[in-house]
Amino acid sequence: MSNWPLLSIITFLPLVGVAFILMIRGDAAIVARNSRNVALLTSSATFVMSLFLWFGFSRGTADFQFVEQADWLPGTGISYHMGVDGISVLFVLLSTFLTPICVLAGWSSITNRVKEYMIAFMVLETMMVGMFCALDFMLFYIFFEGVLVPMFILIGVWGGPRRIYAAFKFFLYTLAGSLLMLVALLYMYFQAGTTDIPTLLHHAFAPTAQMWLFLALFASFAVKVPMWPVHTWLPDAHVEAPTAASVILAGVLLKMGAYGFVRFSVPMLPQASADFTPIVFGLSVVAVIYTSLVALVQEDMKKLIAYSSVAHMGFVTIGIFTLTPQGISGALFQMLSHGVVAGALFLCVGVIYDRLHTREISRYGGLVHRMPKYATVFMLFMMASVGLPGTSGFVGELLVILGAFQVNTWVAALMATGLIFGAAYMLFLYRRIIFGKLEKEDVKAMQDMTGREVLMFAPLVVLVLWMGLYPMPFLDIMSVSVDNLIANFETARAAADAATALVALN
Amino acid sequence: MTVAIVFLPLLGAILAGLFGRFIGRIGSQLVTTILMIASAALSVPVLYEVAFGAGPYTVQLFSWIHVGTFNVEWALKVDTLTAVMLFTVSVISALVHLYSIGYMHGDPSHSRFMAYLSLFTFFMLMLVTADNLVQMFFGWEGVGLSSYLLIGFWNDRPSANAAAIKAFVVNRVGDFGFMLGIAGIYLSFDSAHLDTIFAAAPGMAEQSLHILGMNLPLLTTLCLLLFVGAMGKSAQIGLHTWLPDAMEGPTPVSALIHAATMVTAGVFMVARMSPLFEQSETALNVVAIVGATTALFAATIGCVQNDIKRVIAYSTCSQLGYMFFALGVGAYGAAIFHLVTHAFFKAMLFLGAGSVIHAMSDEQDMRRMGGIWKNIKVTYAIMWIGSLSLAGLPFFSGYYSKDMILEAAWGAHSAVGQYAFAMGAIAALLTAFYSWRLLFMTFHGRPRCDEKTLAHVHESPWVMLIPLMVLAIGAIFAGMIGYTYFVGEDRFGFWKQALAMVGEDPIEAAHHVDPAIAMMPVGIALAGIAIAVLLYVVRPGIPARLAEAMPGLYRFLLNKWYFDELYDRIFVRPAFALGRFFWKRGDVGAIDRFGPDGISLLTRIAARRTALLQSGFVYHYAFAMIIGLAVFVSAYVMGVEG
Repeated sequence: MSNWPLLSIITFLPLVGVAFILMIRGDAAIVARNSRNVALLTSSATFVMSLFLWFGFSRGTADFQFVEQADWLPGTGISYHMGVDGISVLFVLLSTFLTPICVLAGWSSITNRVKEYMIAFMVLETMMVGMFCALDFMLFYIFFEGVLVPMFILIGVWGGPRRIYAAFKFFLYTLAGSLLMLVALLYMYFQAGTTDIPTLLHHAFAPTAQMWLFLALFASFAVKVPMWPVHTWLPDAHVEAPTAASVILAGVLLKMGAYGFVRFSVPMLPQASADFTPIVFGLSVVAVIYTSLVALVQEDMKKLIAYSSVAHMGFVTIGIFTLTPQGISGALFQMLSHGVVAGALFLCVGVIYDRLHTREISRYGGLVHRMPKYATVFMLFMMASVGLPGTSGFVGELLVILGAFQVNTWVAALMATGLIFGAAYMLFLYRRIIFGKLEKEDVKAMQDMTGREVLMFAPLVVLVLWMGLYPMPFLDIMSVSVDNLIANFETARAAADAATALVALN
Repeated sequence: MTVAIVFLPLLGAILAGLFGRFIGRIGSQLVTTILMIASAALSVPVLYEVAFGAGPYTVQLFSWIHVGTFNVEWALKVDTLTAVMLFTVSVISALVHLYSIGYMHGDPSHSRFMAYLSLFTFFMLMLVTADNLVQMFFGWEGVGLSSYLLIGFWNDRPSANAAAIKAFVVNRVGDFGFMLGIAGIYLSFDSAHLDTIFAAAPGMAEQSLHILGMNLPLLTTLCLLLFVGAMGKSAQIGLHTWLPDAMEGPTPVSALIHAATMVTAGVFMVARMSPLFEQSETALNVVAIVGATTALFAATIGCVQNDIKRVIAYSTCSQLGYMFFALGVGAYGAAIFHLVTHAFFKAMLFLGAGSVIHAMSDEQDMRRMGGIWKNIKVTYAIMWIGSLSLAGLPFFSGYYSKDMILEAAWGAHSAVGQYAFAMGAIAALLTAFYSWRLLFMTFHGRPRCDEKTLAHVHESPWVMLIPLMVLAIGAIFAGMIGYTYFVGEDRFGFWKQALAMVGEDPIEAAHHVDPAIAMMPVGIALAGIAIAVLLYVVRPGIPARLAEAMPGLYRFLLNKWYFDELYDRIFVRPAFALGRFFWKRGDVGAIDRFGPDGISLLTRIAARRTALLQSGFVYHYAFAMIIGLAVFVSAYVMGVEG
């Protein structure tokens, strides 16, 4: 087992599924049915394979594991280099965990071009997993950009009525950032002579260069997170995206930016990270308060949850830049938790959207009378989103607040207002959809969740409670890597300070 | 055994909640009630063992969160304070479960209701057994969730939904303080574990904390942050607005919230954190002032309300104020003593009110009651016992605990103590007044309901009356039995290390106050009753004339000091307005307009302009080329010469 290129298998297994789907022939119904089956089977198999990572991962070291390296562009210092550490392994698992659920989510609601839809999803999975495994900046860049292609297609083809506008906005925002990231990548390559991430991690860039590199990477990552004020693509993209694409968007794509900060900005550019921390804090605090208030007045379910995502990701960026063990672990945990919870909330919206074909909150009301199972599941995820202790949402929020309080009490206090606003907008949403009198005729005809839907939610429910009540397995797996990240950061800062002191002396 | 006490209610909640459809209505009732009774029965030996036997202990369950130096475990810490709470909570809850079988008879969602009740109890038990602040916060938020579910139980009523959201969100405001308090405590003590904090607290008294740009005394700041949490949960002035609305839930829920499982959490927390509070004079003074003010403030409102449950709700608010100023003067034992006696008589009053409402075909307005005492004699007796106890008349349990609180406030010999005593004494007058006003309006005088309701007035079934009788026993005897242990000679052996004590013992001082002061509360209570007799029996016209004579004051009290309106103006509406502003003006009007939409517009305009240049005439292009050439050449020439 240990000699297997496990990461490559997990990354490219979905493409094998694509090959099978492409081979399917026959009339439309058969093609659709078989594409679904193949997609589900492949993504499940991928998930099972990724479990080997979970069990085989050695918790005691911060080194990259399951490393594979092969020549790619010989003589350039650019290679096919894959590996995971305690930070990225969890996101690989998150991606492989969510994909089969997404396939199930599109099981019956996607009826046209099923084959292409499933292909897009499989390609998407390859890109996501590859991005988290990549240990070469060039390779990372390819996967990072590659994720966008299937996502554009999913929104643009299977999206809602304003899908073109949403896709274009998404594109415009991400394009600017991506180009700057490419510039940063090239600069780093010419400076360090390689794009190998483990090497770059130990390369000390000059302070001025760090500043420009940080800004270039920030442009790309901040859009993905998304941070205020470059968040406006998210509500539109979510609203127009089909349910499963929303789940991946909220569950994995939003994590790409924050992952970028943890993998590149903070360890490679420690000086600049420290200098820009106040700005990150400022933008994140604005994000938490501003988008929470905006969420309060939304009339569209998906938009509301999209805005709540921006607020939750504000916690993540604050946590990362506190550079304390609690803050960073909390941020990573919050990313995982948000991936599961926001994904589940979009699935919840999808369940009733499939029945009534509207996202307008006021069109619903009194669902609890017809759909008690659904009401219970939605309640659980709502509470996880609000950060109720015992659910996954709480652990991350608590740790981030603990971390922030050590660094800056203003940030902690302002951020903690998000707890109040979060409760207000989520409960208000729940009340309007689930509670109240059952009066509308079409709502009266709605059926409770089907077996497929229950199957879809069951693993999410288990995970949310597990992460809330016994988060240790998740915190353990990341702890050494987080400590290592902070230790390296401190060393680099100390070295830089010593250098400045030396210059001053001379 | 401790594990069983805490987790049996959870088991009941899961069985009734998830499998309610399979075990049916009767099944759910039986399962939850029996498990709850078992939990209550087990709490008795635990209390005995901890208070009179082996002493405190901790049961470790498993680890919860370990990150860096931040370690919290799931563990059950049982000392006398916890054991008293375990006993009170589980006993009251078991009786409420039993009562609910009768009261909720005929409600289609009975299984769900029983599940919520058990869940509520479970979270409260987790709260009181917490051995670290984070676990306490788990229980703390958990009771918030359960109260939200139960207040909004009749979820097709808009008022119930609004009240439920209000309860959760207002509590969250308090939790905001609690959360920052936890963060601050971790920052300064490097731990969230209670025993570690308590051990380190005396050494921290002189330290300061840099928070929000200010240097503040460390322990005072931390205590006040925690106290914000306590204010939210225990409905103290400012964060009290959710409690009166909480009666939108079914009556057994009100009994549970007001007596055992929710509002007492704040009092418990301050008592639990007493080693910290004892180190900060300022924090204790704030607690005392807030408590005393709430005691009077809520009592004034209670005097003019017409809804039977609302009167009792404000009385809870006021009684919690008593508990807080007892904590504030350092008489922790007295506060917990009042918590226990209050739990019995308040649960009884609420369940008694429920019995009245049941009898009156769901009428809650006392203006449409009256003259029904002959028809529901048991309930009538219950309400009398509850009122006598609440007003603190001799030998009922309220007498022992409330007198002790007032004497301790007097005995504290401080300005704050005097203030608390004065507020408490006036509130005692009002308490007696509104209690008898309630009795007279509800049971005496001419019947003011319609014929049909009157004919239907009936006593409640036994399943409701038995819990009431058990509570009555508690309401009568709890004070007598508990006195020696909670605040009397045996108090040190009873509490052991559960409650901190630094400096003078106000309870000791309370035992030595002037007999005139000691007798005063009873005199005040009798005066309050006399006024009620005068206004509602002898001269029933006076209240209306008083209201006419002072319309401003009357409306001010009737509208609850306009707190709801004020909060609506300064918090709720601005939040929505700001949200709309940020959305329409911020996101759409500024960011999108100058961001992506602006760029695309610019591109479009530029493209159109460029398209205009493509006129198709050769001489246009030739002309443009010549101009371009001229520009380049002159630039070159100038460059060479320059």
